[in-house]
Amino acid sequence: MRAFTKIDALVAPLDRANVDTDAIIPKQFLKSIRRAGFGPFLFDEWRYLDHGEPDMDCTNRPINPDFVLNKPEYKGAELLLTRENFGCGSSREHAPWALEDFGFRAIIAPSFADIFYNNCFKNGILPIVLDAGIVDDLFNELTEGYRLTVDLETQKIVTPSGREIAFEVDANRKFRLLNGLDDIALTLQHADQIHAYETERAKRAPWLFG
Amino acid sequence: MSGKTLYDKLWEDHVVHTEDDGSSLIYIDRHLVHEVTSPQAFEGLRLAGRKPWRQARNLAVADHNVPTTDRDKGIADPVSRLQVETLEKNCAEFGITEFDMSDIRQGIVHVVGPEQGATLPGMTVVCGDSHTSTHGASGALAFGIGTSEVEHVLATQCLVQKKAKNMLIKVDGEVRPGVTAKDIVLAIIGKIGTAGGNGYTIEFAGSAIRALSMEGRMTVCNMAIEAGARAGLIGVDDVTIEYYRGRPLSPKGNDWFMAERMWQQLHSDPDAVFDKVVELNAADVKPQVTWGTSPELVVSVDASVPDPAQETDATKRESMKRALQYMDLKPGLAITDIKLDKVFIGSCTNSRIEDLRAAAVVAKGKKLADNIKLALVVPGSGLIKQQAEAEGLDKIFIEAGFEWRDPGCSMCLAMNADRLEPGERCASTSNRNFEGRQGYGGRTHLVSPAMAAAAAIAGHFVDVSTEANQGATA
Repeated sequence: MRAFTKIDALVAPLDRANVDTDAIIPKQFLKSIRRAGFGPFLFDEWRYLDHGEPDMDCTNRPINPDFVLNKPEYKGAELLLTRENFGCGSSREHAPWALEDFGFRAIIAPSFADIFYNNCFKNGILPIVLDAGIVDDLFNELTEGYRLTVDLETQKIVTPSGREIAFEVDANRKFRLLNGLDDIALTLQHADQIHAYETERAKRAPWLFG
Repeated sequence: MSGKTLYDKLWEDHVVHTEDDGSSLIYIDRHLVHEVTSPQAFEGLRLAGRKPWRQARNLAVADHNVPTTDRDKGIADPVSRLQVETLEKNCAEFGITEFDMSDIRQGIVHVVGPEQGATLPGMTVVCGDSHTSTHGASGALAFGIGTSEVEHVLATQCLVQKKAKNMLIKVDGEVRPGVTAKDIVLAIIGKIGTAGGNGYTIEFAGSAIRALSMEGRMTVCNMAIEAGARAGLIGVDDVTIEYYRGRPLSPKGNDWFMAERMWQQLHSDPDAVFDKVVELNAADVKPQVTWGTSPELVVSVDASVPDPAQETDATKRESMKRALQYMDLKPGLAITDIKLDKVFIGSCTNSRIEDLRAAAVVAKGKKLADNIKLALVVPGSGLIKQQAEAEGLDKIFIEAGFEWRDPGCSMCLAMNADRLEPGERCASTSNRNFEGRQGYGGRTHLVSPAMAAAAAIAGHFVDVSTEANQGATA
């Protein structure tokens, strides 16, 4: 996994609440057995005017000029600013895969759906929860070329005017993301404890270990 | 010291290790696998040279991509076919039991788990699917995970998790005839919103929940995720224990007695403290119909489409406007005046035998309305299909003009050939009414099985709880 330390990123605003994972990456793209290549289909139904299918060449598809990510001023945005409950619905990890493949490194919202939030950390994306009032401020002051600095180590965002905004993140998730660590290898360091748990549990619930 | 909630008990029973920041390594008793969210996880194992920690704790079934007609001809779409074949290959390579398309036990993963006794009270259950919350109906801690976590469970039989907060949703009183588990849970989502349960595990309790069958309880817990909660729970009682008696994978002999004793403890202590409590009077719940593109955009069938102008919150107002535009509805239109094109009865929310019976009662001796182009009934598993046919339900549906299909997720998310065309409007017993969910440009109204069947017959929504329609729901 790609580590996340500090970024200075162009911000794209997606001013909608309850953006669901079906919208982030529609179901037909979930038929892929690969982990890469979802970026061109991110927000497919909002981004294009035709109906997308897996493995389609997107270069000549008709784009929706009104959709924010199609506007030239947001080209190359690495930070998505959005509203509450982002990533609700399906558990599909294809959603963070698509966001990451498109180029997003961090997402700011007043709240995230739990499964999506968790999935972001497995893919080098930092989801940042900020107070709804602060998110409002950021939407209001966003103009062309608006950038934010996000520093995971110090857990701070700096706005162009120099305002510093602190954010929370679990110590364990932060450590893994800062170092781009493989969760499975870390868990397997506890293999003896897992075996011990199984031995003890098998006495209480033998039907689970038959 | 105050007592423990059911969630507290299940959590504590599965902690292997806890870090300083409170994140814990949680042992997983049952891992369910389907074709959509697992290929990249198996590939990860292969690349790292890892093996499943305990093969026997995994159970796989293909459900999202499978066709619901002409199974003997295989899967027409080559991309879907490859995904289903990849699951078969991965299960064979890693030694995991799979119910393939020709197996009578095949079906929707969340229907198959309880039906087989593969998911049991007191277990931790995970699957790369958000509707894993369904299994919480049996007093199991069950939640959906992403593909990275699927790989993690395969490799370690554990997950790194942080404990959620406790929410109690208490539904007391008696529902009126024609009001079902689906209506109760939609009413709850309407009340707390799709983000209301974020960060919580929800326990559903109260006399109206107790009065539900296991099927109904699964419908309620299934949609906990639509209220934002990864896991929904219902405490164990006699209904739970009777349901699991004699299931193929239920404990046998002495183990059964041991399990029964253990399971009887699986409820919140009377003095348990919850971080949040929500109460609902079951008698106030009427049949529910969603009108928008989020499950929280729901009203009673006797109401009208709401007016965004009445909404004071600007973000919500914009969402409502966008939803009305997508759904092509005008504020003030009576819900019963909404005309449908298609009807879908199925999904992990409402495809169990009791759901099919409720729909069949309404459809019996009637015919589809002329404006209904297609009405699908898709049983949740091969065994449910068999049971329904033994009861003659298939004949009732077919005579009324419904199509009787083979089991799978089908038009809940339209990954197979069953879908809405752009602009089509559907009464659906599924769980999500998101834009494009049932097909590009399709419009979904979520309802109970009886409401869906009644809409198929009338061609528009009908209140199945009123006296005039009572015969239909007896």
